[in-house]
Amino acid sequence: MRRFSAALLLALAPSAALAEGTMPQMDFANPLTLDQVGWMAVILVVLYLLLSRWGLPQMGKVLENRAAVIARDLAAARAAKLEADRAVAQLTITLSTARANAQAEVAKAVADAKAEASARAIALNAELDAKLAESEAQIISARDAAMAAIKPVASEAAREMLIKLTGSVPAQEDLVRRVDDALAARKAA
Amino acid sequence: MAGPSIDALGQFSLTTGLGPIGRAINFTNSNEAMLAAAIIIAGLFALGLKARALVPGRMQALVEVLYEFVHNMCLDTIGEEGKRFFPLVFTIFSFILLGNLIGLFPYFFAFTSHIAVTLTLALFVFLFSTGVGFYTHGFGFLKFFVPEGVPGWLLPLLVPIEIISYLSRPVSLSVRLFANMTAGHVMWEVFAGFMLLLTAGFGVFGAIASVVPLGLNVALAALELLVAGLQAYVFAILTCLYLHDAVHMH
Repeated sequence: MRRFSAALLLALAPSAALAEGTMPQMDFANPLTLDQVGWMAVILVVLYLLLSRWGLPQMGKVLENRAAVIARDLAAARAAKLEADRAVAQLTITLSTARANAQAEVAKAVADAKAEASARAIALNAELDAKLAESEAQIISARDAAMAAIKPVASEAAREMLIKLTGSVPAQEDLVRRVDDALAARKAA
Repeated sequence: MAGPSIDALGQFSLTTGLGPIGRAINFTNSNEAMLAAAIIIAGLFALGLKARALVPGRMQALVEVLYEFVHNMCLDTIGEEGKRFFPLVFTIFSFILLGNLIGLFPYFFAFTSHIAVTLTLALFVFLFSTGVGFYTHGFGFLKFFVPEGVPGWLLPLLVPIEIISYLSRPVSLSVRLFANMTAGHVMWEVFAGFMLLLTAGFGVFGAIASVVPLGLNVALAALELLVAGLQAYVFAILTCLYLHDAVHMH
């Protein structure tokens, strides 16, 4: 129990020590307390000169350099993007022009072919019409020739039949007129 | 009293460092830690600046993060003029940060736990920012103590308050850092010493029970790491704020 109270007492030692004013920090009678401040001033001045003349400007340069490089790269990337956009626009224009040209070409080719075909058809039609007209003319002339040839034969046949039936020879002009009338009647029918 | 005792304040006592040379020129053990901090900062820069790569390696990234952190703090808090004070703020911030951090290691002296050190730094910041204020605005800087838009009859009351609050800046700035670092280190020492007392007082049972203060110390280590960074940041941002007041008046 006595030891325990001793321990407790000692645990409170710091506050007791502080109360007694024996803190080394407050011991201004000790010349070292103020001498350390003098040496601190020396160390701090050297450190300040070292940092302000060398360390900090150098580090600042490193950071500035990085910022510059990043800015430069960003600018380059932006320029490249602009270039790419321009190229894409160019490509789009070229493509659409080419498409329009090709379509015009195709349309022209189709129109040419159509025109040629229709011209050929017209020529062919004309040729065929001509041939048809020629043939019709031939037919007409052949028929006329046939018709012309049929008249003497019909007159002869009618004269022979009239001779055999009636025994009299008919007048030549009358017979020809009657045959002509009959042929005209047939033709009209 | 026999057996172990807690000497929570012994860790703060100053001796001379660097052997006989240090003894001759009163170069203290706290100055050793300051020198270590300065060498580590310079070494970080030397390593970080070796490659100067577009895509930084670990060391370069570490220094870059430090640089940009303080740089942004300066520009955001002070404004465009912050660029001029950046090397100063960076020096103070990195010095205090490294001082706090190496003070966390056993056998390393935490020089930021000395009021003489923090008060000197704070007085420097105070005098420097006041000097900047008078340099920038001439005697017009005195208008800083006259709040705007306040009825005239209140001024005799408000101006002294403003002046007192302005003058208390170095005190709060230095005591905040000093007290935080001292308290943390004292607590560590107390809990560690308590483990020895428990073991000496209660034998095996005490040794088992000392797991509790050990765990507390582990938790404290995390807290102290936070405090080390935070207090360096607070000191630096307040320096920036005071410089902002000096440059812009409001």
